Amino acid sequence: MDEHVRISHFRNHYELTRKNYMVKNLKRFRKQLEREAGKLEAAKCDFFPKTFELPSEYHLFVEEFRKNPGITWIMKPVARSQGKGIFLFRRLKDIMDWRKDTRNSDDQKDDIPVENYVAQRYIENPYLIGGRKFDLRVYVLVMSYIPLRAWLYRDGFARFSNTRFTLNSIDDQYVHLTNVAVQKTSPDYHPKKGSKWMLQRFRQYLASKHGPQAVETLFRDMDNIFIKSLQSVQKVIISDKHCFELYGYDILIDQDLKPWLLEVNASPSLTASSQEDYELKTCLLEDTLHVVDMEARLTGREKRVGGFDLMWNDGPVSRDEGPPDLSGMGNFVTNTHLGCVNDRKKQLRQLFCSLQVQKKASN
Amino acid sequence: MLQEESDLSLIIAQIVQKLKGSNLYSQLERQAWASLQRPEIKLESLKEDIKEFFKISGWEKKLQNAVYSELSVFPLPSHPAAPPEHLKEPLVYMRKAQGSWEKRILKSLNSMCTELSIPLARKRPVGEQKELLNKWNEMGTDEPDLSLFRPVYAPKDFLEVLINLRNPNYENGDSLSFRTHLGLIQVPLKVKDIPELKECFVELGLNTGQLGIDDSTQVPPELFENEHVRIGQKVLAEQDSAAAQQYIRQGSPTALRAELWALILNISSEPEDVLYYEQLKTNVIQHDLLVDSLIYKDVKLTASNDDYYFVFEDYLYQVLLCFSRDTSVLSHFAYNSASPPKSYIRGKLGLEEYAVFYPPNGVIPFHGFSMYVAPLCFLYHEPSKLYQIFREMYVRFFFRLHSISSHPSGIVSLCLLFETLLQTYLPQLFYHLREIGAQPLRISFKWMVRAFSGYLATDQLLLLWDRILGYNSLEILAGDAQK
Repeated sequence: MDEHVRISHFRNHYELTRKNYMVKNLKRFRKQLEREAGKLEAAKCDFFPKTFELPSEYHLFVEEFRKNPGITWIMKPVARSQGKGIFLFRRLKDIMDWRKDTRNSDDQKDDIPVENYVAQRYIENPYLIGGRKFDLRVYVLVMSYIPLRAWLYRDGFARFSNTRFTLNSIDDQYVHLTNVAVQKTSPDYHPKKGSKWMLQRFRQYLASKHGPQAVETLFRDMDNIFIKSLQSVQKVIISDKHCFELYGYDILIDQDLKPWLLEVNASPSLTASSQEDYELKTCLLEDTLHVVDMEARLTGREKRVGGFDLMWNDGPVSRDEGPPDLSGMGNFVTNTHLGCVNDRKKQLRQLFCSLQVQKKASN
Repeated sequence: MLQEESDLSLIIAQIVQKLKGSNLYSQLERQAWASLQRPEIKLESLKEDIKEFFKISGWEKKLQNAVYSELSVFPLPSHPAAPPEHLKEPLVYMRKAQGSWEKRILKSLNSMCTELSIPLARKRPVGEQKELLNKWNEMGTDEPDLSLFRPVYAPKDFLEVLINLRNPNYENGDSLSFRTHLGLIQVPLKVKDIPELKECFVELGLNTGQLGIDDSTQVPPELFENEHVRIGQKVLAEQDSAAAQQYIRQGSPTALRAELWALILNISSEPEDVLYYEQLKTNVIQHDLLVDSLIYKDVKLTASNDDYYFVFEDYLYQVLLCFSRDTSVLSHFAYNSASPPKSYIRGKLGLEEYAVFYPPNGVIPFHGFSMYVAPLCFLYHEPSKLYQIFREMYVRFFFRLHSISSHPSGIVSLCLLFETLLQTYLPQLFYHLREIGAQPLRISFKWMVRAFSGYLATDQLLLLWDRILGYNSLEILAGDAQK
């Protein structure tokens, strides 16, 4: 492959983006972390609701199911998107028939693919705003896995479900699934509304309700999710210096302000549902291309490019200037600004101006 | 000197009269009785000891806040012989204009009522009551057929009325001079000019720190922000209304805003307040008003379609439906140039004994009314508190934005202030807009009527409303529109 070519996907990104693989990788990483750094560090990986791959882990699942009677589970097809094929259940009876069908797969020929599902514990106490459930879409750009270099985009949005949250009707897809694709078919859906809040709005709302400290903690926990999830697949992803990938992370917040990872998308939707959304996505794409830097303008030492902040550079990146404080104590603030002011135009102008000056000086 | 003294005693008498009926009075009485048990209260110096006790326990502060609140809201009595209409609005031609505008609105409402043959009010059948009670927290999911309803009026209708306001005693001659006012408002009201505004709004000067400007990412927080937040926390700890009002002129930190506004508006959520709100809710459940459909329509048309506020749709119904039944709002008509519309029990037209105010709170909502409540949903999540805050904001400020009066914070003065500022300081822009047929007021009117709700991003809007509370005046809206 030519030197200058760039590919916007990693060969085996499904290790991160397919739910069953991601669970496997995360579980493995967690065990490793527990061996190396102890239980406390490993507990930081507990941002993924208990998940079992079906049909292979069916017995393990039943064991867990029986331990917690009455809770709700969600069944998701491993490889589909836009909310297709997802359903909720509370009784084993509901999935008995489905299991019978897949059991007969022994007779089937190997080249007919069996649909794999994951059963995941449903988060029954989501944080509600205006009585509605929502999830967050955050964008992470990974430039390389070895070493791990990841950028976090400042903007993102919260997607609201159109109907009010209640656990009474688990058949009502529209209440529980906040995917815009599903909401679009809901009778309440008005395309003008968009049912989305920009992350700045969300961050301000939380700050005025819970205070800036609680919000800081929440966003720090989200940073943790991004880093740990990427670290868990670092060794399995086929690294290639031509590859990069823009991931769309789906995060759910519960009532204790704990963030949960729902899934990671390798091809996040780039169609816009409103003017605000359009601006967000075009700026996101523009900045992605700036970071990919096919024109070779950047020095490689930048900590911020437009709306992207360098979150991880083979190690944590500090917001402050100067060498990192390796003592482990002190005020280490990561260089992430999710939901903060995004004055990207100004920053880009300053950045490219100074790069030009540097270039002229070195010539 | 004597005149001032008698004025002061008149004010004091009035305030005492008002506070006597309030909850605070009975609480203070109870506290005073309870304090007799305390060891430090001695019979010989009873009065001083109780006063001292009040000071220490914070009750004196509460009384101070209540008095301050009364002073801020009620205008000072002028001449003792002045009739009550003068308190509402001293200028006759303004009163007349307001009166005829009200007649028009009421006529419009009544004709809609007859056209659709829907009664102004009816009692709900029990089944419907139960249903509504169940759905109370999610009224937004209801999709009643509102296609036949239209808003009673929109801001632009109101603007037409204001444009045609004329003072019959004023003749400004036909000759054009540099003093001719080029704008739409043609009444000679006194408005402040820039030097006066500078004096009045001294805390907004360039040399004083402001939240919203001096807390941006480029400015290190040590310069202004940290100190400002610390002072804010201190003000809240002291629970001093007047100090809070002074403090908030420089903007309020996000985390402290909800409490600061409650302190300035003197809202404390006592069980009685929650009970009162619950009573209003019961009222809503039992009776259906025509105005309710207007409210529904307005919320669906404006707030539900807004990118920021669609989430709070349910809260808006919970507040506005109760608001229209709240008869305590009627007391603000003592100083509002408007008067509550009256309706007569069927068949008894004209007989005063059968007159009722309709809607019960006397306020007919117009297109965009729900936007007064929407930004408050960001700060308050408990329905009865949200309700109290909104009601207080309405009877202190918002009512002036849709009634015709000569008050400096009234919409007429605001429009005139806006046009004057624009004409004086940006004459080329003003002239150009006129040439292309876009009178600047036509553009900025709707911003001012809604106090910029829906036109400014919420964080900026809340900073603007901080200043309205801080200066107890709406003049800042005109200044903002001019920018």
